[in-house]
Amino acid sequence: MTVVVFVESKNGNLVKAGLEAVSYGKRIGETTVVTFGDLSSDALAGAGTYGASKVLVHRGITEGNGDQLTQLVAKTAESLGADVVVLAQDQTGKSIGPRIAAKLGAGHVSSAVDVPDTSNGFVVKTNVFSGKAFAHVAVNSAIKVISYTPNSLAATKDGGNAPVEELNLDLGDNRITVKERKLQEGDVAPLPEAELVVSAGRGLKGPENWGIVEDLAKTLGATTACSRPVADIGWRPHHEHVGQTGIAIRPNLYIASGISGAIQHLAGVNGSKTIVVINTDAEAPFFKAADYGVIGDAFEVLPRLTEAIKKFKESNN
Amino acid sequence: MKLLVCISKAPDTTAKIAFTDGDTKFDENGVQFIVNPYDEWYALVRALELTETSGGTVTTITVGTAADDPTIRKALAIGATDAVRIDADPKDSFYVAKQIAEYAKANEYDIVLTGKETINYNGAQVGAMVAELLGQPFVSLATKLEVAGNVATLERDVSGGIEVVEVGTPFVLSAAKGMAEQRIPNMRGIMAARTKPLNVVQPVDCDDLTSVVAYSKPDEKAACKYIDPENMDELVNLLHTEAKVI
Ligand SMILES: Cc1cc2nc3c(=O)[nH]c(=O)nc-3n(C[C@H](O)[C@H](O)[C@H](O)COP(=O)(O)OP(=O)(O)OC[C@H]3O[C@@H](n4cnc5c(N)ncnc54)[C@H](O)[C@@H]3O)c2cc1C
Repeated sequence: MTVVVFVESKNGNLVKAGLEAVSYGKRIGETTVVTFGDLSSDALAGAGTYGASKVLVHRGITEGNGDQLTQLVAKTAESLGADVVVLAQDQTGKSIGPRIAAKLGAGHVSSAVDVPDTSNGFVVKTNVFSGKAFAHVAVNSAIKVISYTPNSLAATKDGGNAPVEELNLDLGDNRITVKERKLQEGDVAPLPEAELVVSAGRGLKGPENWGIVEDLAKTLGATTACSRPVADIGWRPHHEHVGQTGIAIRPNLYIASGISGAIQHLAGVNGSKTIVVINTDAEAPFFKAADYGVIGDAFEVLPRLTEAIKKFKESNN
Repeated sequence: MKLLVCISKAPDTTAKIAFTDGDTKFDENGVQFIVNPYDEWYALVRALELTETSGGTVTTITVGTAADDPTIRKALAIGATDAVRIDADPKDSFYVAKQIAEYAKANEYDIVLTGKETINYNGAQVGAMVAELLGQPFVSLATKLEVAGNVATLERDVSGGIEVVEVGTPFVLSAAKGMAEQRIPNMRGIMAARTKPLNVVQPVDCDDLTSVVAYSKPDEKAACKYIDPENMDELVNLLHTEAKVI
């Protein structure tokens, strides 16, 4: 099968979720990566390492926007006669994945967590009911578009060198004008693609107490998250809210402190590979979903855990 | 301003998730349905706020069967002007988007609003597809919306941050947290909703591009391992050697 994978870049590098999508694509067929912006040949070579056999870069657009990116991917897929288009289901993916599908007349599968099963048709396992179940979705159209859930599968470095070609497609107008862009600073991974997440809830008692949460996150190199009430009362920014009505995440490690583990919270985090719960209440429902539980006071346990991680990191260097 | 808000029903967030018919259908037995929170709290309420200050109408549209009418009445109770139901049992997101786009094309709205995703299928697809089918711009994951004449200013979530954007009407958006605050319908709204128009419209033909062949549930977690709160070295050790996540 011919596969086209769209990959975005950040700070001059192809994003991790996109590279996972490349490895995903390679498991389906011969994969061409399409990307955009002013990227170095080193950065582009990364796509080959993860399984692309060719990389197409459009340098005419430097900032992602839905109208032109939809054109970029749809036109590339058409010109290569692609059977499958893959992209990561992050914010950009949500904005363009279904549009690309509608443009191509393709069936679209969102929240894919595994490679398609082609033993009988083309069936993709997807996350539904906010992580409480999976749907196995058959795609009946000739062309198929798959939005891949970040962190579902590892990016594997089993590729080689991929030639890079410049694309000079006319992508039409962009009808949305960006007035201002505020990007998070630093190198911390955004929530949907973070591998390590440190989260806290109402048990922390007030925004002034988040220092111990941030210390742990910093020591681990983790992204911070929070429960819904904490975002609602303004202790933490909205973009940190995880759960059924917030962001759904599936990191390798989710550390939750002072969060009771309400069903709506669990819905967004139960895809995490390993869950650590820190709570004073031994009866907190979260322990039922936890791999490791610490019955104790977050105000004491978090700093202790931070110290233990520091020690571990030093001895491993 | 003429606004169209896409409303979907979703199981209550505490509903038990189970399947019937050889794991091919969601088991609705004993399940309470609500208006999908993103559609209600953010898209619908913001649409109502805008028309309350600048005038206009808010129509809701749902692709569903008569079983969806109570959910639609709830959206009317919150304040929508009238409702449309495309009479069909939706098969997939494209089917839904196609029906909405056909209706919207014939009736010309300034803005079509959807929630960012439903909490049952989490597809995050319909808004983007409607935009493409209408040939209109799509603002995904909008968290703020102001409209002045024919120009809207929005804030939206993008990878790694936020953007402030400007777009001319007509356009389509998907609404995320921050757009508005949840509204609880009052008695007057609930009474008024009973007599507001709910127009049932026949669907247009559309092939199923995708279909669910089966549902499954994640494996049960093994029992939680408890660690002494004094001994975080042990936890770190387990995360390294057993879970292999650090
Ligand atoms: C439709 C709907 C959608 C929702 N969506 C979401 C969602 O997306 N995400 C979400 O998170 N919630 C969501 N909720 C809310 C959810 O039901 C819970 O109310 C919420 O998750 C509780 O947040 P919490 O655990 O921080 O607070 P609480 O429930 O108040 O729990 C605080 C916890 O902290 C513990 N604690 C207290 N002190 C300490 C201490 N010193 N050290 C350690 N632990 C301590 C307590 O034992 C308790 O378990 C939703 C609710 C509804 C109705």
